[in-house]
Amino acid sequence: MATHCCYCGVQCGMYLRVSSDGKVFGVEPRDHDINKLKLCPKGVTAYQQVNHADRLTKPLMRDRRDEPLREVGWDTALDRVVSEIRRIQQTYGRDAFAVYSGSSLATEKCYLMGKFARVALGTRHIDYNGRLCMVSAAAANKKAFGVDRAANPWSDMLESDVIMLLGANVGECFPVATQYFWGARDRGAKLITVDPRETPIARTADIHVPLRPGTDAAFCNGVLHVVEREGLLNEEFIASRTTGWEQVRTGLSEYTPERVGQICGLDPGLIEKVGLTWGRAAKAMAFHARGIEHHIQGVDNCLSVINLCLATGQFGAAGMGYGTITGQGNGQGGREHGQKSDQLPGQRMIEDPEARAHICRVWGITDDELPRAGTSAVEMVHQAEAGEIKGWIGICNNPMVSMPDSARINRGYDALEFHCQIDFFLSETCARADLVLPGTSWAEDEGVSTNAEGRVVKYNKASEPPGDARPDWWIICEIARRLGRHADKFAFSSPRELFEELRVASAGGQADYSGMTYERIEETGGIFWPCPAEDHPGTPRLFGERFHHPDGRARFHAVEWRPPAEEVDRKYPLRLTTGRTVAHYLSGNQTRRIDSLVQQTPRPWVEVHPSLGFANGDPVTVTTRRGSATYPALVVSSIREDTVFIPYHWAGRVAANLMTVDALDPTSRIPEFKVCACRLEPGSKIDEPPAPPVPPGVAEYPRVGGLDREEPSAPQGRGTGRG
Amino acid sequence: MRSKNLFIDPGRCIGCQACVAACRECDSHKGRSMIHLDYVDMGSSTAAMPTVCMHCSDPVAPCAQVCPVDAIPVGSDGVVGTASAELCIGCGNCVHACPFGVPKLDVAEMLQYKCDLCYDRSSQGLLPMCASVCPTDALFYGTYDELLQKRPSAQAVDVFEFGEQMIATGNAVVAPAGRNDAIPGGYSVWSELAQDDS
Repeated sequence: MATHCCYCGVQCGMYLRVSSDGKVFGVEPRDHDINKLKLCPKGVTAYQQVNHADRLTKPLMRDRRDEPLREVGWDTALDRVVSEIRRIQQTYGRDAFAVYSGSSLATEKCYLMGKFARVALGTRHIDYNGRLCMVSAAAANKKAFGVDRAANPWSDMLESDVIMLLGANVGECFPVATQYFWGARDRGAKLITVDPRETPIARTADIHVPLRPGTDAAFCNGVLHVVEREGLLNEEFIASRTTGWEQVRTGLSEYTPERVGQICGLDPGLIEKVGLTWGRAAKAMAFHARGIEHHIQGVDNCLSVINLCLATGQFGAAGMGYGTITGQGNGQGGREHGQKSDQLPGQRMIEDPEARAHICRVWGITDDELPRAGTSAVEMVHQAEAGEIKGWIGICNNPMVSMPDSARINRGYDALEFHCQIDFFLSETCARADLVLPGTSWAEDEGVSTNAEGRVVKYNKASEPPGDARPDWWIICEIARRLGRHADKFAFSSPRELFEELRVASAGGQADYSGMTYERIEETGGIFWPCPAEDHPGTPRLFGERFHHPDGRARFHAVEWRPPAEEVDRKYPLRLTTGRTVAHYLSGNQTRRIDSLVQQTPRPWVEVHPSLGFANGDPVTVTTRRGSATYPALVVSSIREDTVFIPYHWAGRVAANLMTVDALDPTSRIPEFKVCACRLEPGSKIDEPPAPPVPPGVAEYPRVGGLDREEPSAPQGRGTGRG
Repeated sequence: MRSKNLFIDPGRCIGCQACVAACRECDSHKGRSMIHLDYVDMGSSTAAMPTVCMHCSDPVAPCAQVCPVDAIPVGSDGVVGTASAELCIGCGNCVHACPFGVPKLDVAEMLQYKCDLCYDRSSQGLLPMCASVCPTDALFYGTYDELLQKRPSAQAVDVFEFGEQMIATGNAVVAPAGRNDAIPGGYSVWSELAQDDS
């Protein structure tokens, strides 16, 4: 069955091998335009989720939190949700019930979650886990360009002379995208990487900039300072296609390479070198990911990169451009059709009267019935802690692992009177819920997904859901039907019907999908939005003639570097940064159950520089103001001396987010996962990662790869060459 | 010799182990990877390199030569196969004879396992699993001309020196661009071989 991978924002094409009795049993590479047969180790093994022994096959419920979960029928489960929603909303008001969704869902379901919260529940509290991902880039894109999408298809990279990659561990988080970077270099392009760690893609870069975490905006301003000083600006582009340059230029004088070098902990010569290399390039492109976005200055960091691209006029042609690389498979599609707290379908803003009028017409409700903007994901959990939110439906997320300052997140969920979680494995978050509803994996339903390029692709159904598991859209529509409020607006009987309504809802918006059909998406290599008519080819490259603000011009934004929320001091002298490793995905609810991925990387580690005096495998205790855990040391000279790194995919005692800070960007409300202050001490015993939770009656999945204490191997995992 | 070969380029490898995962998916040895992925510079960099069977051509397949029961087939196209399960006695001679450390012995089964270039796939025009999925083309399957078309400066090495023993191989390793001198354990005669081919 032709489909795409369920994991990251690359969305590689793949075939699932299906037996004659309808069981998915393997994978075959697919020569799709995005990935050209390539897959990463997560993609190769993704199919192993489908018939996994840990799958949820029955609704699970408990009456009190100190009871174990027990299997119940769908009627019992759904009646419980409905009665709790009614009770909580009648007692505390509509907004006391929240919906927290995710972007690994197909777009049809993301659209449905937004409509469900606003129309069936009438609550303003809906948000999604992209809030922990790339919303800083989304906000910056809207501010600068008037639209939130990468400017180019990745194939444009092949014509670039210089590519700058900031805070993006492409080799591990988006392995298959590496081919575009290597392809550009084969054709002579220079690669500049900016990261506190020399990751696999940075190892052979022409220029690697190992800056201090939390100093990205200062670095970009420094580079732009050099570009401006050397007269390498594109004055004509600035004059004809942008506004706001003067304010940016005025601020640059303070960002001399010497001062920036001090802020970033870099040789000033490196900033000069990047400035000259970027400024002299005929065609240059910049890409970034979570490394610069997960900051209280996340939006500004992205704007500082955009300033550099605008000042040198790098837009509108192959080899010239800019983009963020979304972390989740449907990170792009999941944020543009109305499950984001401040948005309606089509990337419309919920406080825009015209947008409200359009969506009210499509949904058949009045403006009074459409809630206003809500709050962001982490804030909603904090509101639960404060008693403002009492009821909660979560789907496609695992905040026990993924949200910052886990202890506080636990308190928030503890305070809820009712918590329902929908998933297809029993995540750490499901395991503490009052009610767990078994949904489907991506292979058991159909729907579209929009990759990091803005290209819409299609997932196809390869098998039936296991046991009594049901498609997520069926579960949501069934709750709406039983709840009764505008129940007729949830009479969907297939993803296709949802997609048809989504097309209408998105029409005329920025993310216009109205010209797309399932058939067109399958016939092409995917369609880039906007695609406003069925004879429209889609829009792979943006900004050729104009930007999306009403005057057609892009906006410069003056960016002033500010220090991170938590600076180092004598007690906490080192900077802790967190991120991913190649064998695992997000909160690990999927990948921590796949044998070969567990074998490759069985546990987290703390990555430290040799100068800190630890040996490989030493137990090292990491402590911040919020928490502490003991990991094996991975001693490498490819990380800064003043920085330590922990991968965040694991739960419980070893969750990296026990330590992180929940400071938020004032605009994007993204948490500062990428820097906080910590200290290291020799530990006595390495903390063990807990086994992933399993449903009642299912034997704990046999642990593979052994957690016997042994040296961690490379950041990418254990090698297979010896033994 | 074969027109298509594997070209291994450690400079492009990101150590992700997609090749290892894909090798496990082969129907003929599901669950067992024939690829060795080494992190070669641990502690100072993220460098990594996959090792697959090099399909030695001169002398032909040392593993097959030392096999006391002739269990390791060598095809007319130079592909050195996995030891036949019917014939193999699990003596481990091939493991010791291989200069690249490729064959593995399953002590429980008393059988040898090694890469056969996905013969079931490559003989039917499909790419070997590892080269198909490799996200970076660190494992590239094709002709030397196809490689040069994509990477004009690629320098392929297919002769390796182990002490006084020279080994020419079917598969090749890509050396850093512009580097024509011998790399440890190997040097290039690809240009001459390519001429021989034509």
